[in-house]
Amino acid sequence: MKFLGYRRNNGKVGLRNHVLVFPTVICAAAVAEKIAREVPGTVYLGHQHGCGHLGEEREHMIRAMVGSCSNPNVAGVLLVGLGCEMLTAELLGERLREAGQRVETINTQAMLGTEEAIAKGAELAQMLLDEAKSVQREPVEASELMVAAKCGASDTLSGLTANPATGAACDILIGQGGSAIFTETPEMLGAEHVLAKRAADEEVRRRIWEITSRTDERIKAMGLDIREAEPGPGNIEAGLTTLAEKSLGAIRKGGTTPIVEVVDYAQKPSRKGLVIMDGPAHDVVSVTGMVAAGAQIVVFTTGIGTPVGSPIAPVIKVSSNSALYERWKGNIDLNAGAILDGQETPDTMGQRILQEVLDVASGKLTKAETLGHREFAIHTIAPTV
Amino acid sequence: MSHDLLVLDAKDNVATALRALQEGECLEMEVGDSTSEIAVLEPIAFGHKVALVEIEVEQPVVKYGEIIGLATRKIARGEHVHTHNVEGLKGRGERT
Repeated sequence: MKFLGYRRNNGKVGLRNHVLVFPTVICAAAVAEKIAREVPGTVYLGHQHGCGHLGEEREHMIRAMVGSCSNPNVAGVLLVGLGCEMLTAELLGERLREAGQRVETINTQAMLGTEEAIAKGAELAQMLLDEAKSVQREPVEASELMVAAKCGASDTLSGLTANPATGAACDILIGQGGSAIFTETPEMLGAEHVLAKRAADEEVRRRIWEITSRTDERIKAMGLDIREAEPGPGNIEAGLTTLAEKSLGAIRKGGTTPIVEVVDYAQKPSRKGLVIMDGPAHDVVSVTGMVAAGAQIVVFTTGIGTPVGSPIAPVIKVSSNSALYERWKGNIDLNAGAILDGQETPDTMGQRILQEVLDVASGKLTKAETLGHREFAIHTIAPTV
Repeated sequence: MSHDLLVLDAKDNVATALRALQEGECLEMEVGDSTSEIAVLEPIAFGHKVALVEIEVEQPVVKYGEIIGLATRKIARGEHVHTHNVEGLKGRGERT
């Protein structure tokens, strides 16, 4: 099972050949955005972080930023710094070079203001773009893929059609030596015992209980009731009654293979196979985290419909019911509602999803890419000062 | 899978409606090898759940063969099962 990908110098394989213009701090964001506009073909990656991070959040934020910029889909990065921020272009640049990434840096404070920074930045971005264009796709094994499985704006059909079909696709890919990752720790509550049974070893089992009970305890310690947010109002209207019900349907998107590792938000897995990332259920924040962890492509199931994509990884949308597919054909790539209509089974639908993954991996554009969906948001874990 | 109701596991005491169900409808239902009839007591929207058996107050509601919550009142066979008669047990800080 093969696809056509971009082999990077560090051995990883990209499905896209992006040149990112990445502000290391929000104060440099406007300069970075203008540079990207000057050099069509580059991708601006805006965010609101880079300074004032307390305690553990500093390393957490570095990991997420470095992970995003070193995803194999990224051929090169222009880091646009301010100069006096906590996460400088020099700091992130060094980490990225260690990860084998091609990187250039520029600091706004070292220039004669915005205009010179844009002019100099545009030269560097153009150089990175020219370099990226010299790389050609080549046949590579499907085992090089890490697929992120995500569900969002779910209905009760998500757990019956689109999620098990996505799980079937993950099972086949993992059987070929590839990897799949899923997250949304709050949406494991009520299903943690099912996941724990599938742990590949004792350490993974311990970690599954650790991340789920920590999430549960944190909510309890604050005296909060997760029912205010989970299931969400749209989920309830669509027939999902409790968080446990949503969780039991949600975990099916990862398939049925043993869970080989539990990683932190944006942390790169060290093992191949099915991996759980500890992280929030927020759609854009969780996709950002899994892409920063190295997933080159996302399979995103939805029952109610959500348009979100990623600036770095192609996102394939799979609808759980045919009514959504008919209404949202412009956004949905595949319809797992065909399972309910009797035209597909979760297994045959899983094969179709995997074929779409391989086609998209080789260059076919997803609906979210064509529509220009590039949502990006990094998880925060401490107050910003 | 082209039926009116979907039962995911033999242990389940609820089924998912695969189309909007009307009050008074009598549906055939397959669980494992056996078939039985169920009378729908009230309108049930597409994707929502119906009780397959009577569920006593505080008793588990089971879907996917797992507990998804407890009944907050007695639920009759054929009744709509949702947030008005079931509550979840997870992330409930106000209960501790």
